[in-house]
Amino acid sequence: MGDISLIHYLMVAAILFTFGAVGIFLNRKNVIIILMCIELMLLAVNINLAAFSSFHGHITGQIFAMFILTVAAAEAAIGLAILVVYFRNRGSIAVEDINMMKG
Amino acid sequence: MIAPLFFYLFALMTVVSGLMVIIARNPVHSVLFLILSFFNSAGLFVLLGAEFLAMLLVVVYVGAVAVLFLFVVMMLDINIDEMRQGFRQHLPLGLVVGLILIVELMMIFTQDVSSSNILATNVSGELSNTAMIGSVLYTEYLLNFQVAGLILLVAMIGAITLTMRHREGVKRQVISVQNSRTRNETVQIVSVDSHVAPKVLEDSRAANKQLK
Repeated sequence: MGDISLIHYLMVAAILFTFGAVGIFLNRKNVIIILMCIELMLLAVNINLAAFSSFHGHITGQIFAMFILTVAAAEAAIGLAILVVYFRNRGSIAVEDINMMKG
Repeated sequence: MIAPLFFYLFALMTVVSGLMVIIARNPVHSVLFLILSFFNSAGLFVLLGAEFLAMLLVVVYVGAVAVLFLFVVMMLDINIDEMRQGFRQHLPLGLVVGLILIVELMMIFTQDVSSSNILATNVSGELSNTAMIGSVLYTEYLLNFQVAGLILLVAMIGAITLTMRHREGVKRQVISVQNSRTRNETVQIVSVDSHVAPKVLEDSRAANKQLK
C-alpha cells in the first residue's frame, strides 16, 4: 500500500472531474443531472485545492475551497430556480428543447 | 498503517458513486449517489487534515445543495424513460472526450512534479485547523469573505424572484395598504337602541323558526 502522496489525491480528483465532464455529454436530456455533474467537477477541484493546501502546509488552499463551496451553492440555487421556471413554461427539462432564445 | 486503507476506501467510494451519479437510471438515485460521493470526499478531507472543510462539505453540500436537488427532482414530474433517450447515442462521444481528458490529466502526473513526493504534513502546528482558517479568513481574506456573502445574497434574491409567481385569486398581504388605513374609513360607530332588538336579530330568529 505504501504512503499516500499528493499524486494519489490528484488522481482521485482527476477521475472525478472526468466523470463530471463525461456525464454532461451522456445526459443531454436531463438538466438536473448536468447540474449534478457540475457539482461533481467542483468537488474534484475542491479535493485538489485541499490536497495541495495540506501537502504544502499552507492554509490558503482551504480558504479558496470554501469560496468555491459558496459559489457552488449559489450556482445550484440559481440553476435549479431557472430549471423550475423553465419546466413550468415548457413542461420539459431537455437541453434540446431550450431553443426559444435564438441569438 | 490504517490511514492508507481509509484513503483507498474513501477514494474508491467517491469515484464509484461519482460514476453512479452519471449512469443511474433514476434521477433520485443520482442525487443519493451524489450525497454518498460528498460524504466520502468529506472523509478524504479529514484524512488531509482539513477537518473544517470536511464538516462544511457535509453541512453545505449534503445538508443544503443535495437536498435542494432532491426537492427539485421530486417536484418536477419528469418521465424517466424519456430522460434516457440519447444516452447510447452520446456514449461514444462522451467516452472519447473522457478518455482524452483522463489521459491528459494522467500525463501531468507522470511529469516530475518536484513537490509530488512530499508527504502530508500537519498543517496546523499548534493551532487547530478551524482556528487557523479563522485567523486567516477574517484578516487577509476579509474582502473575499464579504464578496462571498454578497454572492450568496444575490443568489438568494435571484432564486426568490425567479420562482415567485402571482396567481389570480390569491389574497396577499399588502403592508403599505394596511398601514395607510385610517380610523375614519374603517371603523363605523352605530348607535343601537338598547330596548328594541335590532332588526337583524329578529330576522335571524324568524329564520330559525322556519327551519324548525
